[in-house]
Amino acid sequence: MKESSGSSGLRTYVLTRLALALPTVLILLTVVFLLMRVAPGDPITAALGARLPAKELEKRKEEAGYDKPIISQYGEYLGQVVTLDLGESVTDNRSVTSILAENGSATLELTVAAFMITLLVGVPLGLMAGRYRDGPWDVGGRLYGIIIYAFPVFFLGFLFQLLASQFGWPTSGRASPLVEYDLDSITNFYVIDTLLQGDWSAFWDVLQHLFLPAFVLGLTISGVLIRLIRVNLLQTMRGDYVEAARARGVSERRVVINHAFRNAMVPVVTVAGLQFAILLGGAVLTEETFNWPGIGSELVRYLNQRDYIAVQGIVTVFAVAVVIVSLLIDLVNAFIDPRVRYR
Amino acid sequence: MSAHEDDPILDVRDLRVWYGTGGDPVRAVDGVSFQIGRGETLGLVGESGCGKSTLGRGVLGLLPDAAAVTGSVRFDGRELVGAPAAEVRDLRGPELGLIFQEPMTRLDPLQTIEAHFREALNTHRPELGKEEVRRRSLEALAGMGIPRTRFGQYPHEFSGGMRQRIMIALALVLEPKVLVADEPTTALDVIVEAQILGILADLRRNFDTAILLVTHNLGIVAEACNRVAVMYAGEIVEEGDARELFAEPAHPYTRELLRATISLETTGLNYIPGAPPSLIDPPPACRFHPRCPSAMRVCADLHPIEVRAPAGQRVSCWLHGPEGQIPAGGREPLERREFAEAEEA
Ligand SMILES: Nc1ncnc2c1ncn2[C@@H]1O[C@H](COP(=O)(O)OP(=O)(O)OP(=O)(O)O)[C@@H](O)[C@H]1O
Ligand code: SF4
Ligand SMILES: [Mg+2]
Repeated sequence: MKESSGSSGLRTYVLTRLALALPTVLILLTVVFLLMRVAPGDPITAALGARLPAKELEKRKEEAGYDKPIISQYGEYLGQVVTLDLGESVTDNRSVTSILAENGSATLELTVAAFMITLLVGVPLGLMAGRYRDGPWDVGGRLYGIIIYAFPVFFLGFLFQLLASQFGWPTSGRASPLVEYDLDSITNFYVIDTLLQGDWSAFWDVLQHLFLPAFVLGLTISGVLIRLIRVNLLQTMRGDYVEAARARGVSERRVVINHAFRNAMVPVVTVAGLQFAILLGGAVLTEETFNWPGIGSELVRYLNQRDYIAVQGIVTVFAVAVVIVSLLIDLVNAFIDPRVRYR
Repeated sequence: MSAHEDDPILDVRDLRVWYGTGGDPVRAVDGVSFQIGRGETLGLVGESGCGKSTLGRGVLGLLPDAAAVTGSVRFDGRELVGAPAAEVRDLRGPELGLIFQEPMTRLDPLQTIEAHFREALNTHRPELGKEEVRRRSLEALAGMGIPRTRFGQYPHEFSGGMRQRIMIALALVLEPKVLVADEPTTALDVIVEAQILGILADLRRNFDTAILLVTHNLGIVAEACNRVAVMYAGEIVEEGDARELFAEPAHPYTRELLRATISLETTGLNYIPGAPPSLIDPPPACRFHPRCPSAMRVCADLHPIEVRAPAGQRVSCWLHGPEGQIPAGGREPLERREFAEAEEA
C-alpha cells in the first residue's frame, strides 16, 4: 500500500506520460510519411507535371531527393522534422515554416479565441441546465443546443456577417489592410503583436476582426459542450457521494460546487481538449466564410494543387499538435482526478 | 417503563414514504411508528427491499423530490416532516447521523479524506480552528483503526472495508444524538464487524447516542440492540424488547425469519416460501397472508390491528386478536385456492 499521497504520484505520472509521447509522435510521423508515399509518382510531377519540361522536372526531383531510396527519404524527413525545416512548397515556393508561422498562427489565434467563447458560453449554460433540470435555463439551453447544432457554420456566419455589417463591424480578414501593413510580425498572433507595439487602435481593430469568426466558431461547438456538461451534472447530482455530503448537512451550494460540479467536469476536459485539437485542423468552413487566412484553408488549397510537400509539412505539424494537445488533456486530468495518476 | 416511551429522542408516527408521485407509487414505507430513547439501540430487520433504507433516509429527510412523505418524525420534540429544508439540513450531521449501506461510492473520488472531514466540521463547527479540526478528525479515524499517515490520501487508495470505517468516522466526528446505521458492517469481515459493534456500544454508553441499526443479521440484533422492529413490505409487523421477542416471537413472519437464520443447532436450511410482495400493489389486508403458514380467513379480508403480545411486544397479527374485531368464521384456516379464485373473479 502506498503511503505517499498525491504529489509524488503526479510527478511519476507526468514523467511517464511525457516519455510515452515521443514514440507516439514517431509512429504518427511514420504514418504521415507512408501516406504521402502511397500516391503514385512523386510530388514534383504531381504538382507541376503538366507545366514544366521533363528535364526541369528531373532537376527539381533530384534537388528534393525524390530519386533516393525510400528509407533514406524517411531519414531525411525525420531530420527535417527535428530541425523544424519542413522544406518548401512546390507550387509557390513558400517554406513550410513560414506557412505555419503565418497561417498556423492565424488558426491558433482563432481557435483559442473561439475556445474561450465556447467555455464562456458552454460551461455556465451547461451547469445551469444540469443544476436546475427542466427549469428555464435547462429548456433554453437544450433548445439552444439543438438550434446551434442544426445550423451550418457558414449559414450562421453569413447571418452574423449581415448583422455586423449593419453596424460597420468588420466581417472579413484578420485586420484592416492598413493595420496589417503597419504590423510588425513578432509572434504572428495579431492580438499579441499589436499589444507589444502598444498600438491600441490597431489592437481594437484586430480584436474586432477576430471576434465574429471566433464567436461563430465558439457558438457552434458550445452546443455539444452544454449537453455534455448537463448530462454529467445530472448524473453527479444523483451521485452517492453527493447524497452522503447532504447526509452530513453540507449546504446545497457547497454540495453542488465542491462535489457535483467538479466531478461533472472531469470527462468534459477530455472532450473539450479533443474538440480543440479538431478545431486546429478543421475550422475550414469558418475560415472560408470570414476570409480568415488560416491553415485549414491553406491545407485545402495545397491539396487541390496536389502540392504534397506543403501538405506533408502541414499534416506533420497537425500530428504533433494532436499529440501535444492529448498530452495536455492527460496532464490536466491527472491534476484534477487523483485516480488517473495511479493507473 | 423504558426510556423510549417516556421521553423519546426520536418519535416516528404513521410515517409513509411513497416513491413516484404520479401513476402507481412504490409504497416503500407505509404507516410506520416507533420510538427510540436516548442511549437506546433499535434494530430494524426484514427482507431485502422491504423499505429499511427508505425508512432510515426518511428519518433524516433525505428523500428524492419524487418521494411523497406524510406522517410525523419528531427529533427531540421538533417536527421534521414539512419543516423548512434548511432547518432539517442543519440537524443532519451534528444531531442526526447516517451511515450508508454501500461504502464504495460514498466518498468523493476527487477529494482527500482530510477534505471530507474539513468540510463536515467547517459546516457545523465553524468556530473550530484548523488544528482542532485536524485533531478531532485524526482522533475519529484512529478510533476506527485508520492510521493518521493516510489522512491526506484519496478514496481510491482504500479498500471497501476501510472506506466504510472512514464513513463511520465521518459520521461520528460530528457526535450525532441519533445515528441511523444502515447495514454498517455488511461489507466488513467479522473482526472489523465486532470492532464496529463495540464502537456503537461505546457511543451509546458514553454519549447517550440513540441508534437505529438496520441489519440482515439477527445475531447482531441479539448482541447489540435493546429492542428490535421487524419490517415486512413497508410495515413494522412486530416490535419489542430484543431478548423477549426472540425468545417468544409473536408474528409468524418473525418466527419464519428466526427459523431461516443459520445457527449451530440448525440441521437444514430453512427459507420462507414465496417471494417478498410488490410494494406497488401489495396484498390486501395482512400483507404476509399469501406466505403465512398460519393464515386465516380474516387475514385476507381485514388489515390486522396492533395489539400487545403476551411477552410485551407490539404485534400486528390476527392470531393475537383483538378477538372482538374478528368476524364470525374468520378464524377458519385460509384456503388459498379459494383466495386465488376470488382474486380472479
Ligand atoms: N429512489 C427510489 N425511487 C423509487 N423506488 C425506490 C427508490 N429507492 C428505493 N425504492 C424502492 O423502495 C423499496 C424499498 O427499498 P429500500 O432500499 O428501502 O429497501 P431495503 O429494505 O433497504 O432493502 P435492502 O435490504 O436490500 O437494502 C424497494 O422496492 C425499492 O425498489
Ligand atoms: S394476520 Fe394472519 S396472515 Fe397475517 S401474519 Fe397473522 S396469521 Fe399470518
Ligand atoms: Mg437497504
